[in-house]
Amino acid sequence: MSQTLFEKIWDQHSIKNLGDGNELIYIDRIFLHERTGSIALKSLEERNIDIRNPNQVFATIDHIVDTFPGRDDTTLMPTGTDFIKSLRASIEGSTINFFDLNNPNQGIVHVVSPEQGIALPGITYICPDSHTCSLGALGTLAWGVGSTECEHALATNTLIKKKPRLMKINIEGELPIGVTSKDIVLHLISQFGSNGATGYAVEFTGSTISALEIEARLTLCNMAVEFGAITGIIAPDKKTIDYLEGKQFSPKGDDFITASEQWRNLKSDPDAKFDKTINLNCSDLTPYVTWGTSPQQAISINGSIPFLDQLTGSSERESMIRALKYMGLSEGENIKDKKIDAAFIGSCTNSRISDLRAAANVLKDKKIAKGVKAICVPGSSQVKAQAEAEGLDKIFTSAGFEWRESGCSMCFFAGGESFGEKQRIISTTNRNFENRQGKSTRTHLASPESVAASAINGKICDAKSLGIKS
Amino acid sequence: MKPFNTISGIAAPLMRINIDTDTIIPSREMKTVSKKGLASGLFADWRYISVESREENPDFILNQFPYNQAKILLSGSNFGCGSSREHAVWAIHEWGIKVIIAPSFGSIFYNNCIKNGVLPINLDEEKIASINHFVAIDPMKNKLYIDLNNRIINYDKETIEHFPIDEQDQAFLINGLDQIDQTLNKISLINDFEEAHRGKNPWL
Repeated sequence: MSQTLFEKIWDQHSIKNLGDGNELIYIDRIFLHERTGSIALKSLEERNIDIRNPNQVFATIDHIVDTFPGRDDTTLMPTGTDFIKSLRASIEGSTINFFDLNNPNQGIVHVVSPEQGIALPGITYICPDSHTCSLGALGTLAWGVGSTECEHALATNTLIKKKPRLMKINIEGELPIGVTSKDIVLHLISQFGSNGATGYAVEFTGSTISALEIEARLTLCNMAVEFGAITGIIAPDKKTIDYLEGKQFSPKGDDFITASEQWRNLKSDPDAKFDKTINLNCSDLTPYVTWGTSPQQAISINGSIPFLDQLTGSSERESMIRALKYMGLSEGENIKDKKIDAAFIGSCTNSRISDLRAAANVLKDKKIAKGVKAICVPGSSQVKAQAEAEGLDKIFTSAGFEWRESGCSMCFFAGGESFGEKQRIISTTNRNFENRQGKSTRTHLASPESVAASAINGKICDAKSLGIKS
Repeated sequence: MKPFNTISGIAAPLMRINIDTDTIIPSREMKTVSKKGLASGLFADWRYISVESREENPDFILNQFPYNQAKILLSGSNFGCGSSREHAVWAIHEWGIKVIIAPSFGSIFYNNCIKNGVLPINLDEEKIASINHFVAIDPMKNKLYIDLNNRIINYDKETIEHFPIDEQDQAFLINGLDQIDQTLNKISLINDFEEAHRGKNPWL
């Protein structure tokens, strides 16, 4: 019988059908961070429950740790150190693969995971973090869970799950120069809503996806959760196999040859059935930016905010009125040339080496506008080292950006560092929720190219409008 | 986890769409490596005029009598979207809300509710609007009665709304069972599967 990519991986991991559609699913790899992983490990300790296979568990420190140069366990977040120390204490003496602060492989979980070959095609993978869906870019069946489900997986290597509905999003067309996978996903969510894929696992297919490099696919799948999806997945191809070869936790030698044979065949059958299909053509797509407080409130960076009467449904209109007030914007207004206070490049969405190269390409020989606070936070210590080897750090700092240690940083405000009240920030992150980056902060999500260009301009714009080819 | 069966209580309407888990409990309110002590951080940015002094915002519904005693929350679509933080459910439960009725939920949040004795009910927007209308007349008197066994919401004496829920989720809430213990009973199945699985994927 024809099967989708999702169904193939699912069935290969189904231990037992438990009735009522629920199955006991084997979980291959688990990644933890100090924010939620610490709680899951502590809770198991308190109950005297062992981790079943610690060598299938990975952990790093990214969420609460500061990103200032020379940082240590001390955090600006008042109790942040407790989370770091608790995670470290729980791991001590176990065979959990731990990338601690001084480890050259430390970084944001979803950046470290592909970088180290921890997420692999065809495996099941969970992390108590919603952006775990990023790893679907490698053909990994990966999704975010809460602490309780994480504890279950740590103790049993399984989860009890019902197979979700399946959606295919087929994207065709050659992306115009300067348009990125971040723009695709913001466009997608703006068209179909932030609950457009609620209850679905999404497979991305089509010529546009095939043409994307792995890191761009990671950005796309990263925001599947902002589309409401349980996860996003992309069939592995030659790019995936080339990307994974030689990574620390990838198969080695003959195992790699065997594994890549399996991966090459890991795709949806041509006549596989999906519960829903969306077709998009992105050949005329422009850079996108959000104007509101939900990722669905996004428009072309050269476009204007919708008028209230263009919206159907009173709850949508009420949400828009609230968002406009919060963001200090008006209906029908152009988003371009809105003055910004800050620019942020980082997060599990856009902090990989290709993102930093793209931003540096825009910033080269330029200075950011006066009064703009600009920060670049590499996604991992490896990304940081690579960027420094290429001299990108110099481009960022010469332009006026701060150059940081890796971590989640100001993607969200955890009680430590934040942007000022009512500050307008253009950001490569994934969530423009109220107060996400600090009290009353106004976040506009965009690609690294658009964030870099806006930082130079002091106002929201894309790189093309500055005459920069990106 | 305390078994859940029926509940009768005041319902508070928080009729906004896309209420995310950052809003339910801001990151800075998750202060300790613990699942407890989170209720005071619930909806902190909406609930307090000053987060630091904890001065309450009288305009926020959960600060108003009798909604400050609500056991049930009515809300808009995509409730609990965003971050996977289970703290959102821990805070809701500790504050006293045991049922959330919304047209749709963030999927991780929904799972987290089931694991923590909070019943998430999917109901059409129109039906929620009728319930809201009924409650608004006299929230103290017009309580909702929810029976998870029979999957019904009973209000206005004669009006009954049926709601769907996965059988396993229903059983889990009603029995308050510990899932780890249950799964560990199947350990030999897991062992056998694992051995065969590793045979096929020796690099894992």
